[in-house]
Amino acid sequence: MSSMAVDTAQSRFLCLKEPHAHNGTLLGFWIYLMSDCFIFASLFACYAVLGTSTAGGPTAAQVLDLHGLAINTALLLVSSVTFGFAMLEMARKNKGAVMLWLAVSGLLAAGFVTLEIHEFLGMIADGAGPGRSAFLSSFFTLVGTHGLHVSVGILWLIVLMTQLGKFGLTDANIRRMQCLSMFWHFLDLVWVGVFSFVYLTGVLR
Amino acid sequence: MLEPTNHPAARSFLFGRLTLDSLPFLQPDLEGRIVLVTLCAVMLGGLAVLGLITKKRLWGYLWNEWFTSVDHKKLGIMYMILGTVMLLRGFADAIMMRAQQAIAFGPNMGYLPPEHYDQIFTAHGSIMIFFVAMAYIVGLINYVMPLQIGSRDVAFPFLNNLSFWFTFWGAITFMVSLFVGDFSTAGWLGYPPVSELQQGPGVDYYIWGLQLSGVGTLLSGVNFVVTIIKMRAPGMTMMKMPVFTWTSLCTSGLIIATFPVLTATLLLLSLDRYIGTHFFTSDFGGNVMMYINLIWVWGHPEVYILILPIFGIYSEIVPTFSGKPLFGYSSMVYATCAIMILSYLVWLHHFFTMGSGADVNSFFSLTTMIISIPTGVKIFNWLFTMYRGRVHFTVPMLWTMGFLFTFTIGGMTGVMLSVAPADFLLHNSLFLIAHFHNVIIGGVVFGVFAGVNYWFPKAFGFKLDEFWGKASFWFWQIGFWLAFGPLYIMGLMGVTRRLSHFDNPALQPYFIVAGIGAALIALGIGSFIIQIGISILRRKQYAVGGDPWNGRTLEWATSSPPPDYNFAFVPNVHERDAWMDMKKHGYQRPLTGFNDIHMPKNTATGVVIGVLSFACCFGLVWYIWWLAAVCFVGVIVASIAHTYNYHRDYHIPKAEVDSFEHSGNWQDAAQGANA
Amino acid sequence: MSNSNDHAAHGHEHGHDEHANHGSLRSYLTGFVLASILTIIPFWLVMGHVFQSHWVTITLVLLLAVVQILVHVVYFLHLDTRSEGGWNMLSFVFTIVLVVIVLGASIWVMYNENANMMPMSPQYQHNE
Repeated sequence: MSSMAVDTAQSRFLCLKEPHAHNGTLLGFWIYLMSDCFIFASLFACYAVLGTSTAGGPTAAQVLDLHGLAINTALLLVSSVTFGFAMLEMARKNKGAVMLWLAVSGLLAAGFVTLEIHEFLGMIADGAGPGRSAFLSSFFTLVGTHGLHVSVGILWLIVLMTQLGKFGLTDANIRRMQCLSMFWHFLDLVWVGVFSFVYLTGVLR
Repeated sequence: MLEPTNHPAARSFLFGRLTLDSLPFLQPDLEGRIVLVTLCAVMLGGLAVLGLITKKRLWGYLWNEWFTSVDHKKLGIMYMILGTVMLLRGFADAIMMRAQQAIAFGPNMGYLPPEHYDQIFTAHGSIMIFFVAMAYIVGLINYVMPLQIGSRDVAFPFLNNLSFWFTFWGAITFMVSLFVGDFSTAGWLGYPPVSELQQGPGVDYYIWGLQLSGVGTLLSGVNFVVTIIKMRAPGMTMMKMPVFTWTSLCTSGLIIATFPVLTATLLLLSLDRYIGTHFFTSDFGGNVMMYINLIWVWGHPEVYILILPIFGIYSEIVPTFSGKPLFGYSSMVYATCAIMILSYLVWLHHFFTMGSGADVNSFFSLTTMIISIPTGVKIFNWLFTMYRGRVHFTVPMLWTMGFLFTFTIGGMTGVMLSVAPADFLLHNSLFLIAHFHNVIIGGVVFGVFAGVNYWFPKAFGFKLDEFWGKASFWFWQIGFWLAFGPLYIMGLMGVTRRLSHFDNPALQPYFIVAGIGAALIALGIGSFIIQIGISILRRKQYAVGGDPWNGRTLEWATSSPPPDYNFAFVPNVHERDAWMDMKKHGYQRPLTGFNDIHMPKNTATGVVIGVLSFACCFGLVWYIWWLAAVCFVGVIVASIAHTYNYHRDYHIPKAEVDSFEHSGNWQDAAQGANA
Repeated sequence: MSNSNDHAAHGHEHGHDEHANHGSLRSYLTGFVLASILTIIPFWLVMGHVFQSHWVTITLVLLLAVVQILVHVVYFLHLDTRSEGGWNMLSFVFTIVLVVIVLGASIWVMYNENANMMPMSPQYQHNE
């Protein structure tokens, strides 16, 4: 009976053996990052339009500190590379080294966020807070949104490290590492836009 | 106007700026009475429903089978119910406006004070777009698209559930503003400076309601794209996908590329309102025009987000009821892709009059005219599909014919508006109102009703009543032209939008005709509800099998309603119109040899995150900072806790599959008898 | 979203579509060196006041930023035309095109409107 049921039309039109389901997590996360590009694009557009509207308040050249910026940029770039090392160790299934590189990346990013908060607080103390002018509103919002993303990345990294410690390099955790890796490099990429457009050309406009 | 306790001194820690004065139904004026009566009606109705659910012991069923479900079919149905409920709310606003405008002339100020009238048109616009049209679109894509591509579910079933709850609680945020505080008066897009200056909670309700639903929509967009890319049945190459799936893909692409812009823009507006930044203020260097620019960067693609899947629905219905394959499949696909890109190049035509130079206006004027070309291609494709076909005038086909007629006229008035010099005369006039209702009702609403009538038998196993379906169609069709024809004429005479009172009594006859049109549309909505009710009562009589319309695509290859797993065996696709191909080759449904099927598990996380997000937004609206902070932390904790759940799936044993495949509702599945 | 045990059983036969290019030590180091150079040059251009004209510096800095973004995409994000059947690349190109439209057209439109609607010299914009 069962062999009779499997006639030619059936095998032509049906997968009689359950096909393997493709996992879409990595593609989905990539597409989410693409959508995030549009949030940043809107904020960059605001900075482009409002960046010179200082309303008599301080200008970019007066308040932006390029030396601090250089340190921040270096921290983020190095943390991007150390995260890459974590990924290489993950491919070798070397859990201890993965944890080590993740911790280094997280600390570098935490340094970045700390310096940024320090910069923000200093500016606010000097009367150059986000409410002073449209330029400062767009500056704080754009740079702050990036900083918020980095902070979320650090929180995610901590959660993922505990999960790696508890459950090891399972397939699900490997996928999560790959997503966080994309997120991490993506934020460094956005930072290239921030330091070039907001700071370096900002002080010249 | 309610101007509640905006002085920091008058705020309490526990309730922020929320006081008894913020409750409109406690006010002794007419508005307070109206709200009180509405509130009582809603409370009584709500209590009746809750009582019935409790009496019938349905809470467990609803929780297990619906609220926590990750099944794309159930989520699709919940979106459709949400859309219908919100349609009633949005339409109640419409009928109030029509009644006001029909009587408020000369000394008669009507029954709605301007402040209340402004809230009504704002709520009407934003509800109709975000919670009616979007809910219907996402609902239909959710239900149909995975079935059309031969998949068992979407790529991220949990996110799908979460998206629904974000949209749902966004809608609730809007609804709460009826009874607690007031709503925005700044129009459906919340233009500054009005949206910056209105101090009450209204604009904040608007902002947070849209932020919630916006996140939900964005997640749905990502989900649909990955589903279509990754989960198509073997053999279904891109150019063999059904057109509805194609349009779903393009719409989802647009969602991904535009909803973040909306999120960012509303975020900037809320920063201005909450912490005193100067993005869109008139002083300190802020620029009001930047808001208008950004909101339309989202706003124009949004109308194509609405219409593209609707084009897909018509592209499924016309071939089915013409008994022919779609004419010009490839041109349909390329036209859809062209519209997707072009829709991102036309946004300035919403503010031609706001000071751009002739070069900018000419550019956007031209792109707007160009985008009508691929749309015209589609109209001809549908006409040529019908040409020499054996057209069956079923209810879905009737809506499609109504669409072709109505939408084409709406498209042509759109081309008139795209001419920048003409727009200088027509901008903000009733002509514009008539135009966009013409394309949104004539396009989107008609398409949703066509789609509901077409796919309802698939979702529930019985057809919808023909008589009441036709009644609904004719009421809508005639009501639409009566309601909006006068608006076209008055718009050409220069009457502007958003007025609660007119001095010139010569306009009154036009508004009375428009009011009669709105009343006919009300009958159309009533007929639709009767249609559903009667069909449920006669469900035995109207019962159908898997393929009631002699369909062409894969959703008709399974039972009606489909089992949780959609297909016992994943289809193997060789041609476009895969199910027609299977029927032609004498396909017989197998009754043995089943496998275990791998499915995602239900989860309560979506419900929890949804409730917490809503409470957080409510706290933000009323400055109840402790509530907002606690709930925000709650959302993060719930999200992290969810990632500790590594066991998100289970297997449906083959015995269960076997038992369903012998009992499901199939009888005409492979016969192609009816139509 | 799938069960991990289930994948382990037959993970090797279809691993290629999920586990995209991880990169290598070489690619990360190349990326690091290139990114460092492309960072140091614009800092030097601005902090060292190399060019008299601000617009020359601004143009160069923005060009270098575009190049550096491409370096990040290739060496850190490992984007190529093969990963996920080309969909990663397609969505990236789609995004870039639309982001350029949003940025470019917004600036163009807003420049126009500022020029036409707010004919103010900077001192009028001061709001003391």
